[in-house]
Amino acid sequence: MTDNKELNSPGYAIPDDLQHAVSITTLDRLYNWGRRWSVWPMMFGLACCAIEMIAAQAARYDLARFGMEVMRPSPRQSDLMIVAGTVTKKMIPAIVRLYNQMPEPKYVVAMGACASGGGPFKEGYNVVAGVDKFVPVDVYIPGCPPTPQALTAGLMKLQEKIDKQSIRKVRWYQKGSDSALIPIPVLGPDLMDPRRYAEIKQLAAQKPAEKATEAKE
Amino acid sequence: MYGKGIIKGLGVTLKRFVDTYLDDIAWWGRRYYNPEGIAHRSSKDARGVFTVQYPEEKLPVPEEFRYVPFLVYDEKPDGKKEIRCTSCGICAKVCPPQCIWIVRTNDPQTGRPVPEPAEFYIDADICMNCGFCAEYCPFDAIIMDHDYEIASYQRNVFNMEKLLKPASYYKSIRPLNYALNEEARKAKEAARAARAEAAGRS
Amino acid sequence: MATLVSEMVDLASRFPGVVSADTRPGYSGWMVNKDNLVEVATALRDEFGFELLSNVCGVDYFPDKMEVVYEAYRTTGGPGLRFKVQVARLDPMEVPSVTPVWPGAEFQEREIWDLYGIRFTNHPDLRRILMWEGFAGHPLRKDWHEPFYEEDNKPLDSRWPRGKYASAEEKNIYKDNLQFPQNFDPQEVRIDGEAPLYDTLQKYTTIDAGIKTDRVIVNMGPQHPSTHGVFRAAVVLDGETIVSLKPVMGYLHRNHEKIGERNTFLQNMPYTDRLDYFNSMSNNWGYSLAVEKLMNIKVPERAEYLRVIMAELSRIQNHLILIGMLLNDLGAFFTPALYAFEERELILDIFEAASGARMMCNYHRFGGVSRDLPAGVLEKIKGLVDERLPRKADEFDRFLSENEVLLARLKGVKVIDADDAVRYSITGPVLRASGVPYDVRRAQPYGIYDRFDFDVALRHNGDLYDNYLIRLDEIRQSIRIVQQAVKQIPEGPINSQKPAYQVRVPAGEAYGRIEAPKGELGFYVVSTGKPNPWRYHVRAPSFVNITALEKMCVGTKIADFVAILGVIDIVLGELDR
Repeated sequence: MTDNKELNSPGYAIPDDLQHAVSITTLDRLYNWGRRWSVWPMMFGLACCAIEMIAAQAARYDLARFGMEVMRPSPRQSDLMIVAGTVTKKMIPAIVRLYNQMPEPKYVVAMGACASGGGPFKEGYNVVAGVDKFVPVDVYIPGCPPTPQALTAGLMKLQEKIDKQSIRKVRWYQKGSDSALIPIPVLGPDLMDPRRYAEIKQLAAQKPAEKATEAKE
Repeated sequence: MYGKGIIKGLGVTLKRFVDTYLDDIAWWGRRYYNPEGIAHRSSKDARGVFTVQYPEEKLPVPEEFRYVPFLVYDEKPDGKKEIRCTSCGICAKVCPPQCIWIVRTNDPQTGRPVPEPAEFYIDADICMNCGFCAEYCPFDAIIMDHDYEIASYQRNVFNMEKLLKPASYYKSIRPLNYALNEEARKAKEAARAARAEAAGRS
Repeated sequence: MATLVSEMVDLASRFPGVVSADTRPGYSGWMVNKDNLVEVATALRDEFGFELLSNVCGVDYFPDKMEVVYEAYRTTGGPGLRFKVQVARLDPMEVPSVTPVWPGAEFQEREIWDLYGIRFTNHPDLRRILMWEGFAGHPLRKDWHEPFYEEDNKPLDSRWPRGKYASAEEKNIYKDNLQFPQNFDPQEVRIDGEAPLYDTLQKYTTIDAGIKTDRVIVNMGPQHPSTHGVFRAAVVLDGETIVSLKPVMGYLHRNHEKIGERNTFLQNMPYTDRLDYFNSMSNNWGYSLAVEKLMNIKVPERAEYLRVIMAELSRIQNHLILIGMLLNDLGAFFTPALYAFEERELILDIFEAASGARMMCNYHRFGGVSRDLPAGVLEKIKGLVDERLPRKADEFDRFLSENEVLLARLKGVKVIDADDAVRYSITGPVLRASGVPYDVRRAQPYGIYDRFDFDVALRHNGDLYDNYLIRLDEIRQSIRIVQQAVKQIPEGPINSQKPAYQVRVPAGEAYGRIEAPKGELGFYVVSTGKPNPWRYHVRAPSFVNITALEKMCVGTKIADFVAILGVIDIVLGELDR
């Protein structure tokens, strides 16, 4: 292996005769190096940000240089879900289902203002104010839409995050992490999150005057 | 001949393939990592590979480019920061998704508003980068930034501290706009001084 | 301003007692008695020749009545005819459906049922279309407040001068964008939202010579690899042939129209960018047209030329992307799309230099445009349209048009024929590929399109191959227009009004329509003289063109369905609004 600065710095001096013959590194660094340079995004564009995501994938701002050239439509084969676009209540069950179907290690990048916090459409009745209400987000990229260079900068930040992870502490190797599935929201008179059923029942039973004062506080 | 269309198409692809090497050879060694190379690859004469290799090469953004806004302060000779914003509230009123929050305080002695915002928040997770705040600010106090590398690990609500940037930065990213606005300000001040003088004389 | 043809067509004397003129100040058109609506509609289509029903939308005149507004055009061109039906604002509100006369009204009437609660009798399939079955309420009603409701109109008091940051979630008791009926128990109530959809599909079990055959129901979408966005089609298949198809939409319903009523007129401009997100320059223009009609202001020459240049460049990049994505859907994974994206990047550089953003340009203002072209941009545009784009259009032609695989997939697969296209309110390149030469730039010229020498692209077979070829034709015509505009553009002001964030819009209604790259994009705006519009409706070409999707696809193979969807050119931002 030729000398690769990122790998060949385990924190102590390497003897001279081994410099160009052998790579010595820590297991964490090797593990993260392999993962950060081969993140496969899921082909999952919702709205306008999807076009900038495709433009980032296209020839001018080539994401293949970062190892992300394989965009799989199937969640089973992808590592990264770039939520690009407004998340609506009608669509969130599908998004959560897709997130559950992704195998670990998986990451979520909220691209654009709408996925980060509802965006300009936050006040809408069919809009979920940010995908992090249902799905854990690793990187938030503001912008409307973020230019391909901004998206690439955000993905580099994700790579930095991956670099800091350690095999010992990482989520998917912990005991009892098999059932980390997010329950899928149900569409009723409004969007119902199964984790909050008891709370919704209690709040809906309050008298309207109580609701008004509590909301103001 | 059956297959002629496919062969013609393959001919186009072959031409583009050859072009990638021809242009590299014509620009031997100077095609990448310098501004002339980037400009050539973004022009109408670009042939071959036109990838802009971010992050080593950053495609320069034009002056009008707008991303998230920032507040301008003038650096006074004694080191004080004079914030241009007078908390008039126009940007908060004109913002389409209403992502600007301004707290304006009143001077306790005179009861009149203090021409400086006590608190100023912009929720960058709502901002749609439309540029209305910068367009309709009468004091040139809020300007659209060029910085797009603001991805973070948590939600982005910017307070006044994060938003304040010096006027020298404004000049560096928007030289033409800065020059025009400085002229306008000087003209206004000259007109005001002339009126004061005329009033003083009469 | 041309007189509305409604002043030349005297409906009041033809239908005495049933039709009367709309005499409200600032309004025009005819009021039709709702019981005679179908009779009047039939006469309008057959006797008066208004075959193309363009827009059907609802207006809530809280608290007395609701209104359904129709806009119809002749395919020979000319201004349109607007007629309205009023109904008292008491549930149940019933209006006869005009789908027997104009089938293209089907989805638009479903939308009015969904968002207003007006029932259309004799409608073939009255279900909710943008929201899901089981949703509580009809959202666009004036007395229906969304969960994050603060005030009726922007600007909001909570932002200034006492604007301490408080996220909208904190003001709602559920700490989120939710509201539930009183005493609602989520675990008890179970609404099957999918059952009404599957009931409408022509279902399974046929008995053929003693053999019972089940047909397969396949859901395509909302997440599927063709990049049109989050669109779903529930398809019943017999082997590979489509027997029945129902599109399901609303997965990107971003409440454009409700937010539009809260915004001021100027604040709506950046929201129009996000409708058809490929062509923000065109969307801005449509909205500016509607409001400039209401305000009765003129646009200076230089601004008109800038508008035309930007809109035609937008059309070129839209059609390039369409061809690229169509080929992507057919299986030529990404190579033609990459070639299209290359040209698009150059055009986006021009948009970025002129307006400040690549996609969401926010360029138009009422009375002109917002910024002039910086130094050097006009030369860049000249370089593009004189040298590069014609060469690239020819290269695309050489690359694709005679490709045998393309011909085998596209030639002969009929999309829709001319009569059906008009009846189903299809507009845009799909209509022209079927042989109907209707282009709003020629039928009712807006801006300065009457000064340019260009042909209306027309093809006659109405199959997929013609739909593909017509996009290349339109690219070439747009290049012609930009070449002429760049030569003729004068110097001068770019806006007839001073920059102002508070615009005075007199009371009235206006319908401004343009030939967007995807079809006829119309904006119906009603103003009551206040700073905020009373009603803001977007007549989206993708939404109306999809009405005929079932008709186009039944009998074809599932692989052809993907190609047909690709060629209709939908974009979910405007389909769902």
